[in-house]
Amino acid sequence: MIAENYKIEISSLKKQFGDLVVLRDINLKIAPGAVIALIGPSGSGKSTLLRCMNLLVIPDDGSIRIGNDAFKFGHGTSLPSAREQARFRRGAGMVFQHFNLFPHMTVLQNVMEGPVSAKNMPKAEAAVLARKLLAKVGLVDKADVYPQRLSGGQKQRVAIARALAMEPEVMLFDEVTSALDPELVSEVLSVMRDLAAEGMTMIIVTHEIAFAREVADIVVFMRDGVIVEEGPAREVIDTPKQEGTRSFLRHFHTRS
Amino acid sequence: MYNWDFNILWSYRWLLFEGTLVTIALTASIVVLGLLMGLIAGLAQISRFAFLRWVSWAYIELFRCTPLLVQLLWFYYALPILTGIEMSAITAAVLTLSLYGGSFYAEVIRGGIVTIDAGQREAGLALGLTPARVMRRIILPQAIKQMIPPLMNQSIIQFKNTSLVSVLAVPDLLYQGQSAATETYRPLEVYTVIAIIYFVVLVPLTAIVKKSEKALRESD
Repeated sequence: MIAENYKIEISSLKKQFGDLVVLRDINLKIAPGAVIALIGPSGSGKSTLLRCMNLLVIPDDGSIRIGNDAFKFGHGTSLPSAREQARFRRGAGMVFQHFNLFPHMTVLQNVMEGPVSAKNMPKAEAAVLARKLLAKVGLVDKADVYPQRLSGGQKQRVAIARALAMEPEVMLFDEVTSALDPELVSEVLSVMRDLAAEGMTMIIVTHEIAFAREVADIVVFMRDGVIVEEGPAREVIDTPKQEGTRSFLRHFHTRS
Repeated sequence: MYNWDFNILWSYRWLLFEGTLVTIALTASIVVLGLLMGLIAGLAQISRFAFLRWVSWAYIELFRCTPLLVQLLWFYYALPILTGIEMSAITAAVLTLSLYGGSFYAEVIRGGIVTIDAGQREAGLALGLTPARVMRRIILPQAIKQMIPPLMNQSIIQFKNTSLVSVLAVPDLLYQGQSAATETYRPLEVYTVIAIIYFVVLVPLTAIVKKSEKALRESD
């Protein structure tokens, strides 16, 4: 097989929880360095799709490839072992809506945890890496405090540094600004903007339509577990082709 | 009015002291072994594997829902007849008390783990840690803080439960007291002193539990 030039390839992905079908048949190819914004109403399956990409949700059917690491799901395939899942997840950094920093560790220890515990990196080396990443998100002076002492925006920037410490191939962002006070949103978006400029492949589930339009290369609009429309960010947001996309975006245009 | 005479017990001071040491050593070993059992059974309770969940459920309920005294007698008298495995009284006592304690510890440990926010587990997994590492590095260090006061409470109860091993002639504090009582015909004095010894050992421990509960509330 000729290696295709995509960083991420998702084919015929399906997921249901009980009777509720969350992902119907998702196909998505993402080029290296591309920034993808996943938008859509709540319940559209966009967060589930993101969580499938690092196996926090195990798909029922279909396949996912990130870099050189691929998994098939569904009949005839066995569930990847815990060890294989862990290895796969190292390729995809994840940032959560509610930060999920480890409260029993300092900021520095939070960022060191991945390299030390998942990669067995020596602590001294991990500390150097962690400080470098904290500097990148502008928080090197907070290295020795505990997360409880940080603002929401600072917490989220630490969470980004923590995910970057694994040197992932792609970064997944799950509504990372939704839990923030409005005045703290921009500091997080600015870190993400820098990452995008450095060529990181990013998939961003977001309600920040203006940010998606500005930073993303591709916007993917999902509803009821299917991709309704995808295309260049400005095109999809400024002149959506599908009625579903139009009616969804109308809520945002009237607000801003 | 009863005429108290504690002087007669003075010659039994070393016997009671030895008994107290046996009780303390017994408690220490059943707390350590019980915590180990409790950790295993508590983790099995939240395992992905139904079989492990079922086995630990059966173990926990079996030991929680039968009287400790019956368990002690059963392990010492019935088990050797059924299996041919002979045990000394002290082995039977340690085994039974550890299993009994473990069934209560298991519930505390399971409860402590499930109160930790699911996002913590997800964040650990997302970093690429294996589930076992997530448990050891992320979940347990946070959960243990919650568990310490109830685990200490259960250990205090275990300290008192050791008095039941006197029925197997394990020379603990109560057993030594019983022999002193038989020899002196002074059961009132003897059992009063024994109660005081248990009390004196445990009161500082309950104070520590109170303090740790308070520290836990303040840290939240």
